[in-house]
Amino acid sequence: MASVKKNQPSMVEFPTLNFAGDTSIDLKAQFIKTLTGIGGSVIEVNEIKEVGDYIKSTFPKPARIVNTLTDLNFEHAYPAGRFEILNQKSDPHDFSNVTVAIMQGEFGVAENGAIWLTEVNMGDQALPYICEHLVLIINKHSIVPTLHEAYEKIGASAYNLGTFLAGPSKTADIEQSLVLGAHGSKSLLVFLINY
Amino acid sequence: MNVGLFIPCYIDQLYPQVGIATLQLLERLGLSVTYPTNQTCCGQPMANSGFEHLTQGTSYNFVTNFSEFDYIVCPSGSCTLHIKDHLHDEGHPDKAISIRKKTFELTEFLTDVIGIKKLAAHFPHKVGLHQSCHGLRGLGLAQMSELMAPPFSKPESLLNMVTGLELIELERKDECCGFGGTFCVFEEAVSVKMGQDRIADHSNHGAEYITGVDMSCLMHLEGILRRQKSKVKVIHIAEILNSVNK
Amino acid sequence: MNPQNNTHSELAEKFNRDVERVNWHDKTLWFVREKRDKAAHQIAEWEQLREAASQIKNNVLSNLHDYLIEFEKNAVRHGVHIHWASTAQKHNEIVHSIIKKHGANHIVKSKSMLTEECGLNEYLHQQGVNVVDTDLGERIVQLANEPPSHIVLPCIHWKKEEIGELFHQHLGTPKGNADPQFLTAAARVHLREHFLTSRVALTGVNFAVAETGEIIVCTNEGNADLGVQLADVHIACMGIEKIIPKRKHLSVFLRLLARSATGQPITTYSSHFQKPREGQEMHIVLVDNGRSERLASDDFRNALKCIRCGACFNTCPVYRRSGGHSYHTAVAGPIGSILAPGFDMAKNADLPFASTLCGSCTNVCPVKIDIHDQLYKWRQVLVQNGHTTASKKTGMNVMSQMLSHPTVYRFSGAVGRWVMRTLPLMINNKFNPWYKQREMPKASTQSFRSWYLNQRKHEQ
Repeated sequence: MASVKKNQPSMVEFPTLNFAGDTSIDLKAQFIKTLTGIGGSVIEVNEIKEVGDYIKSTFPKPARIVNTLTDLNFEHAYPAGRFEILNQKSDPHDFSNVTVAIMQGEFGVAENGAIWLTEVNMGDQALPYICEHLVLIINKHSIVPTLHEAYEKIGASAYNLGTFLAGPSKTADIEQSLVLGAHGSKSLLVFLINY
Repeated sequence: MNVGLFIPCYIDQLYPQVGIATLQLLERLGLSVTYPTNQTCCGQPMANSGFEHLTQGTSYNFVTNFSEFDYIVCPSGSCTLHIKDHLHDEGHPDKAISIRKKTFELTEFLTDVIGIKKLAAHFPHKVGLHQSCHGLRGLGLAQMSELMAPPFSKPESLLNMVTGLELIELERKDECCGFGGTFCVFEEAVSVKMGQDRIADHSNHGAEYITGVDMSCLMHLEGILRRQKSKVKVIHIAEILNSVNK
Repeated sequence: MNPQNNTHSELAEKFNRDVERVNWHDKTLWFVREKRDKAAHQIAEWEQLREAASQIKNNVLSNLHDYLIEFEKNAVRHGVHIHWASTAQKHNEIVHSIIKKHGANHIVKSKSMLTEECGLNEYLHQQGVNVVDTDLGERIVQLANEPPSHIVLPCIHWKKEEIGELFHQHLGTPKGNADPQFLTAAARVHLREHFLTSRVALTGVNFAVAETGEIIVCTNEGNADLGVQLADVHIACMGIEKIIPKRKHLSVFLRLLARSATGQPITTYSSHFQKPREGQEMHIVLVDNGRSERLASDDFRNALKCIRCGACFNTCPVYRRSGGHSYHTAVAGPIGSILAPGFDMAKNADLPFASTLCGSCTNVCPVKIDIHDQLYKWRQVLVQNGHTTASKKTGMNVMSQMLSHPTVYRFSGAVGRWVMRTLPLMINNKFNPWYKQREMPKASTQSFRSWYLNQRKHEQ
């Protein structure tokens, strides 16, 4: 460490950042276009009940569906034992067989189709990565233009884990062929809700 | 203004026609041009190989030959860049600095200093422009594809003044030809492969001639073309710009 | 499989023997460069972002000591264990001691070029710890017992049929199946097992924020996250230069990173780890390994700004036509060629010469490292330190003498041309590397100077 101090060059200030995204464009449209382009699916809904209906029709026979939202309740749709509301701590390994995980995101970023969420939204920190299919719900009015506005929104908040999540997991390691579904979720379904 | 003509060593020895075309072109534009007869080399071959410390002799000789001119013009992007970036003479540091400022590659001299808007040149052929790296990225002769910035090209603007000339499109506008100085022999396999790929790009787009601001690149491409027994020829841009109706 | 004694030019020559393969490797990587261009074009302020990133990193290097202290303070406040490793060996020992303390002999690891630099996998293997690389590309080269050839696309040099065969041998997939979708699904199942059974997960660090003590790890596959969330211990390894001052600076770097690397607007996961999950231990190992020494050098310090995006690899016409393994070092390509001689001058003296100094790398670098200028400067340093051949030295001395004296130059030129014209076989033979695949230039009968003097004589 002493050698770091000794060797570093004379002080140069960091620049003031003057970047701002364009808020005049249709942020929602850009978000949808970008996220769809990178393999996510986006549905606009007016109320939470519609989310339940969509999920029922998209995943008719999930092995196990875990939900972190208390106002999303469609347990009647699934035979007993297949649908859970997550409200207690458990061992992350227990989630290895989750087919669908549903959680809320804090906000979206139009330029890259990403959604910011922290452990407060995730229920269990492993859930967004270990599930087979991930469902995220964000307020359609929460979309910011770029990461500059995103970090302004995040501010100095203290989280354990925060992540920008943009689409299903993927890889192009095999001859640059894009494959959706690497180690994380195989699909990402986003609901833009009118809160 | 008096202009000193700086002719790269390999053009002096192997491609004198490029020097002749450069001189004739500048004189036809009404410039007073002198060729200092004791010039040798800018020193780049040693410097790029890690032997910059052996360039005192060539630098001294350059300063001795060229310090008295208003402008120094050279038909080579890489030699010009070397002088601009690396000319140093311990004995005459100020002269070296002043020379760096007044040395220009031919096309940038014509567009930026002389500001020519038309040329009496005629070259009715399909021509591919090879954008030599030192000229392109080092001297800023044109916009490079890496940067998100408005396009421009000094060599192209001059070629557009030549009647009958059709400039072809390329797939990779500014990929290096692979000459790179001693690289061409010490990394022969990659060097030749790069040259072959450039040639294929030009041939695939119908080039009859490949031109550029650096004869070194063209010499390397010509070597490959002739080995391939190709009909495609190389020609330095000075020769195109100097091709008046006979 | 890094042949220690072979130089870049020897390895590149071998690489070029398979013309079809070189063409495929070159086209594939050029395609990635084109994707980068397309993504960058969509950001009107792209060049300003590069300038901002460059300046932020300049600030980091000028204040590195205080930022590191600040980072440690904040991380420790969050319950993270901080370790300092002055050398690669110390890094390996520290990592091993943490693993040993938890009684684990099997770990999962996500991509970390730093651990490649330190030779961690090999070290741990020797200590009886099994390391499973979970990034798909890294797993492929691991199964093949090879190092990665690219820092972002580790197995870019592998064709899908070859991967299919490899998976058939190691994972039992059906012979002949080369479908990327199928193979990826097989790898998902195979690696899931390892995620679920490893108690220790090791990750790299893309950025470390001094202001908050958090580290950011970016992946497309989710392998880093999955490993960490299922483990009892998270070990994150980073070079000390990965620090950035403030959280908000991430906006600049995250906008540049994925676009420069692969042309994506952002990686699927950009995870900010500030505190370990409950019941988990989080360790960060900060490694020097020559970085503080490089910091002192005005000429070479800027290489420490690197965010390991790989854009310089994709744009380099030489890298595309020689492949990462020709560089015989952990990080290949243009940035590798200015880093490696710093680690071992003798072994890596060939690398700064594996370039035409075209300058493309410098201009795609998101943090504006003057790569091609450093390549030139390294050449001077290497020759000054004697890392050149006797014949090159003699040749250069002769050339410099000849070119410094006008009469000698003119005489040698005339003689050379005479030989080329009258005794071509003296030059056009197999001892002349130029002549192998190119014709020699025609030797003119008179130099420009002779023509000029003749003209002036006739004019008088």
